[in-house]
Amino acid sequence: MTAVAEVERRSRARGRFLGSAAALTALLFIVSIFVGASSASLLDVINDEGYARLIFWESRLPRTIAIVLAGSSIAVSGAIMQALTQNRFVAPSTAGTTESAILGVTIVSVISPGSPVGYKMLVATGFALAGTLLFVSLIRRLRSRDIIIVPLIGIMLGAVVQAVAWFLALRFRLLQSLYAWVIGDFSGTIAGRYELLYVVGAITIIAYVYADRFTLAGVGRDFSVNVGLNYDRTVVGGMVLVSIVAGITVVVVGSVPFWGLIVPNLASLVVGDNQKRLLPFVAAIGAGGLLAADILARTIRYPTEVPVGTIVGVVGGVIFLGILIRSRTA
Amino acid sequence: MSTIEPATFATERSPERSTRRVWFVLAAVALLYIGAVAVFMTYDIQGSVSFARELRFKKILAITLVSTGLATAAVLFHTITGNRILTPALIGLDSLYILIQSVSVAAFGGLTVVRFDERIRFGFAVLVMIAFVLVLNAVFLRRAVTDLPLLVLGGIVLGGMFASLTALVVRLLDPNEFLYLEDLLFASFTLVNQELLLLSSIVIVAILVIVARSRRVLDVVALGRPTAIALGADFDRVNRRLVILIAILVAVPTALVGPVTVLGLLASNATYEMTKSFRHHVTVPISALSAATMLIAAQFVLEELFDFATRPSIIVGFVGGIVFIVLVLREVR
Repeated sequence: MTAVAEVERRSRARGRFLGSAAALTALLFIVSIFVGASSASLLDVINDEGYARLIFWESRLPRTIAIVLAGSSIAVSGAIMQALTQNRFVAPSTAGTTESAILGVTIVSVISPGSPVGYKMLVATGFALAGTLLFVSLIRRLRSRDIIIVPLIGIMLGAVVQAVAWFLALRFRLLQSLYAWVIGDFSGTIAGRYELLYVVGAITIIAYVYADRFTLAGVGRDFSVNVGLNYDRTVVGGMVLVSIVAGITVVVVGSVPFWGLIVPNLASLVVGDNQKRLLPFVAAIGAGGLLAADILARTIRYPTEVPVGTIVGVVGGVIFLGILIRSRTA
Repeated sequence: MSTIEPATFATERSPERSTRRVWFVLAAVALLYIGAVAVFMTYDIQGSVSFARELRFKKILAITLVSTGLATAAVLFHTITGNRILTPALIGLDSLYILIQSVSVAAFGGLTVVRFDERIRFGFAVLVMIAFVLVLNAVFLRRAVTDLPLLVLGGIVLGGMFASLTALVVRLLDPNEFLYLEDLLFASFTLVNQELLLLSSIVIVAILVIVARSRRVLDVVALGRPTAIALGADFDRVNRRLVILIAILVAVPTALVGPVTVLGLLASNATYEMTKSFRHHVTVPISALSAATMLIAAQFVLEELFDFATRPSIIVGFVGGIVFIVLVLREVR
């Protein structure tokens, strides 16, 4: 087979794969809308039976959209971080980003409990950015970039930040709120309370536009400077995008453990590390996977719900361990 | 390959200078410990003096026992792994303990669990944790001799999974049950069962005797596998036994007072810094004394300054995380 034919074959295979991932996500989207404790089947909605339309417009549709936005954006920010740090175990939850955002919301809730959501989100984003940049400057001081030492430092940084949040939460009786930010949950997502997530959707698109720069930066500092990329600005810019996603998702739905870690890793098994090709897959798998997890969260103890974060935490942990062991055996 | 350098312990300089140094450190730490105990026992007693003394004395006993167990476990862990920035705390044992408590509250009801015979609860938690370490050992540790970071990251992920499972279980509990659980979740020295304290002391003292008698073999094993084997030590056999001892040394204190495992990391590293020695007859006692002093100080700060408003595990987690980062930044070159 000639090289050109080989490239074409691979490109077609990727296209088919992306197509089926998108189709599956669309299917899950529809299932997600019609799963829940109160009855709102398609027929009910069309016939305007009971509260069906209300439930559809106020609860089911917002929830499903929120899951898609959060699932894809968290996964995409994981992919960006992995490219920028050249380490596939770095993600918002292993770099202190998520924990810093949680600390930010906790502090706002202590100082001015009644402040509007937008303000909370801004503070959370600011904290997330500060935490992430601290992490970046810490790992720059390491001469070795061991694939596991780097996320270890991030995890410990997150633990320190989280300890401060726990301290404040215990002191000011915010323990229950803290749990809500720590464990992602979509059960409170109704119209009027999720719209900030559209910002996150826009961030995902911006990330895709700049994907080539992230790919270049991922090759290394020297190389990217050589080909004319402003390396430092790219890194900081990427981290700003990641921090906004972390700040908003933590405030609106809480943190989704492992999501930014496992989705890009699974996707890059199929398509490799070119961000322009990788990001659409990451977004599709991130959205579809979280839809599936949330459907499971709603049905596992029907009619009551469990938080989707706990399900992702358990299943994601197993997948992550698998990737980890595989990476060391290979 | 791991880039945490093995055998980072400083080599000893001239024998008599280092001996003098060790004696000096030992005396200083012992004095600090006695001072801490004295302050803790006498500070601001209101009401019945004898009652307060007895209560505080029991706390001191529990703290000393727990610190000794955890510090020894950390030193032994460093001995088998040849690396001083790892602790048993990193392999998810604390989270496992929390998970055990949550699952038992969910399964039997908070009141039943709280009223249940403490000895059985204690024994059950200890056994599950020991079993976990042995399983982890079978899966990870054997490779971990060559691949430590894998073990650490794997342990952290397992810890995260346990935490998620705990959260799942907590969600299924009703709020009243959760109150019982909350008390079980954070380390507390305030109410320690006397019988269990005695039982734990016997176990830990027994292990200390074993460690003391095999201190020379341990010194050799700490040199790393090739050197130890060249010097005639059965490295693998000693390793297998040490893993069991470490499991007990961590499980017993955790089941007694709750999770504070990171303490061992702080105390043992402070000891290496101060003594510049890796000999077990030096590091084990000094680590134990430093750990006890730190924990008494932490408990004192907690009771007097924060008015019980925070938990030891939070303070220890905060300080422990910072120390870990500093150590890694210094070690990994």
